[in-house]
Amino acid sequence: MDFRFDEDQELLQTTVRDFLEGEVTPETIRALWDTPTARSPELWKKLAEIGLPGLLVPEAHGGMGMSEEELVLLLEEVGRAALAEPVIGTAAVAVPLLADLGGSLAETWLPRIAAGEAVVAVGHPVSPFVEDAHVADLLLLTDADGALHAVPAGEAEITEQAANDPSRRIASVSFSGSEATLAASGQDAAQLLAATLDRGALACAAAALGVCDRLITLSAEYTSERKQFGKPIGSFQAVKHMLANVKVKLEYARPVVQRAAHSVAHADPQRAVHVSMAKLGACEAAGSGAKTALQAHGAIGYTWEQDLHLWMRRAWSLERAWGRSPFHLGRVREALFTGGIPIGPGTTFSADA
Amino acid sequence: MDLDYSAEQQAFRAEARTWLAANVPHEPLASFDCAEGAKQHREWEARLNAGGWAMVPWPVEYGGRGANLLEWLIFEEEYYRAGAPKRINQNGIFLLGPTIMEYGTPEQKARFLPRMASSEEVWAQGWSEPNAGSDMANIQTTAFLDGDHYVVNGQKTWASRGAFADWLFGMFRTDPDSERHRGLTFILAPLDLPGITVRPIEQLDGLPGFAEVFFDDVRVPAEHRLGEEGKGWNVAMATAGFERGLMLRSPARFQNTARRLVELAREHGEGVEPGIRDEVARCWIGAEAYTLETHRTVSRMLAGGKIGAEASLNKIFWSELDLRMHELALEILGDRGELLPGAPAAGAVGSWLDDYLFSLSGPIYAGTNEIQRNIIAERILGLPR
Repeated sequence: MDFRFDEDQELLQTTVRDFLEGEVTPETIRALWDTPTARSPELWKKLAEIGLPGLLVPEAHGGMGMSEEELVLLLEEVGRAALAEPVIGTAAVAVPLLADLGGSLAETWLPRIAAGEAVVAVGHPVSPFVEDAHVADLLLLTDADGALHAVPAGEAEITEQAANDPSRRIASVSFSGSEATLAASGQDAAQLLAATLDRGALACAAAALGVCDRLITLSAEYTSERKQFGKPIGSFQAVKHMLANVKVKLEYARPVVQRAAHSVAHADPQRAVHVSMAKLGACEAAGSGAKTALQAHGAIGYTWEQDLHLWMRRAWSLERAWGRSPFHLGRVREALFTGGIPIGPGTTFSADA
Repeated sequence: MDLDYSAEQQAFRAEARTWLAANVPHEPLASFDCAEGAKQHREWEARLNAGGWAMVPWPVEYGGRGANLLEWLIFEEEYYRAGAPKRINQNGIFLLGPTIMEYGTPEQKARFLPRMASSEEVWAQGWSEPNAGSDMANIQTTAFLDGDHYVVNGQKTWASRGAFADWLFGMFRTDPDSERHRGLTFILAPLDLPGITVRPIEQLDGLPGFAEVFFDDVRVPAEHRLGEEGKGWNVAMATAGFERGLMLRSPARFQNTARRLVELAREHGEGVEPGIRDEVARCWIGAEAYTLETHRTVSRMLAGGKIGAEASLNKIFWSELDLRMHELALEILGDRGELLPGAPAAGAVGSWLDDYLFSLSGPIYAGTNEIQRNIIAERILGLPR
């Protein structure tokens, strides 16, 4: 039992943090908002050079061959930077799904993803909208019977849906499934979809931690500078306490996310409950961070010009992706009330029940 | 990241479980805040100590088992799982003990720790004074050196376990010209010294859980000073860290309450509003989150890390979680939620009401949650004072 990341993992996190601090700024994010796709192929290529899209791609396919444990550390940085590129959809969700599907799908697409040459979007029944379908080279979609299809971009009908967050690009997607597109059906497809949901939710949770952390930092900086009544507003207890409350939420969401990553990586029997706890905790921390940060900033935070809303909107987007809070709370509640999970002291880690 | 227990850890758990199953009293003891209960709890502690389980993480020479913090968490899980009694000497074993371990002389360690582990000597806290609550640096009780004794005058209040304890620890002003946190000294005092008057105070549950302690020219041997003279604040901060942090609030306590809450809600079936079920689920998640965070902290400490201001995050989290769980339990009990256990219509209301009253004290003691929020904002987030 050692609930820590090792030095290599922490070094990787620092490397990605430094890289994103240099490459992703409020200016670059706003500049992308004004482009048709809001996505940057150049940036995606650079991200591939540091291994981000191919983090979970096996080394045999040109990837980093790492696990969800590393992934959540890096996604926290993605959230902290408010990076909008399709890291969650492609790197955290599509890659393991393609790897599970195996065969020519894996052989064709995994190396291309690792090289930064392909974006793969994933549709799931939990949400009617597919994120990043507009820039995807391949779409992994579900039909009405719950079968999984791998649909080339040209064969899907993509209707973009403008959303609150200019960084979040979503679309309704329809397609005609055929023998040629069928990737999995029946029980196989159901299991893959269940795993896919958990991976998507875990990834959002990890990114939400970074978003929340950044919201707290921005607020601490602003309230330390901004003066009213002759002193920094951050010296007032009313301001201190509301920011402290967010910090408590964040620090009690983080270990839940990290454990959920371990459960996904090791196919823990309680994976789904662990992931839902993580998604709920992290997205609520980020949501509370958004509201609190806005209140701490006051009117200036309510402007388009102030950068605060970049992270506020990320918080809201992550809450809406891969199952909203009531859905995840419901999964935990059902497990508890149907006796689907052992409870009480000594049951937290699987081996000691 | 390794989230599995080793074979040794599993064996340790099995050993603790076996001993507890054979020794934990079948009937719940009376509250340790009444004379009869205090006696029962001292007997239980003696038995625990004889079995070698009283202070699992302490060195063997001080009555402990030499276990590491992770094994201590395992023991606590088994302890709560077995429904074993609350620890009457918690002020000693969980707060003062680790402080003596850090600041005590070899003589003090040998003198105090074994008798603390066995609860032969039960400890009361002497933090607060009438004018020093949240503002603890405003301590006015004096202890001036006279030969090899401190002469103590003044008043401590809200001294937890004061009514039935043998010793008291606290901070006293030893430098008459000092202000605030300077010039304070950490002193250990036997409560049976001439000039000490203990006046028990009934708490919200009607039992004398704390006391006022008056000092009138009390002569305390100077050898009972812990740490250097005038450096009491540093010693006290270590104690407060233990109180807010790891030792006293082991996750098993809250997991056990969460388990009982879930079971209570299950038993009440369809009578429980969906909104309440959601809240119950949130509480269970909270107890799990606290457990996970504690294991993360313990892993860090086993690798040489220290716990600092983040203890304030813990304190807010567990105290508000604990209160919320008890509020929900009373809500689920519905009309019976206000009934005392002996009332004709009470049925199996258990101890939820009493425990609810106790949980209300959580956000106050060990430094109010408002003080903790200040600490988080200033020392973790870097906001101006």
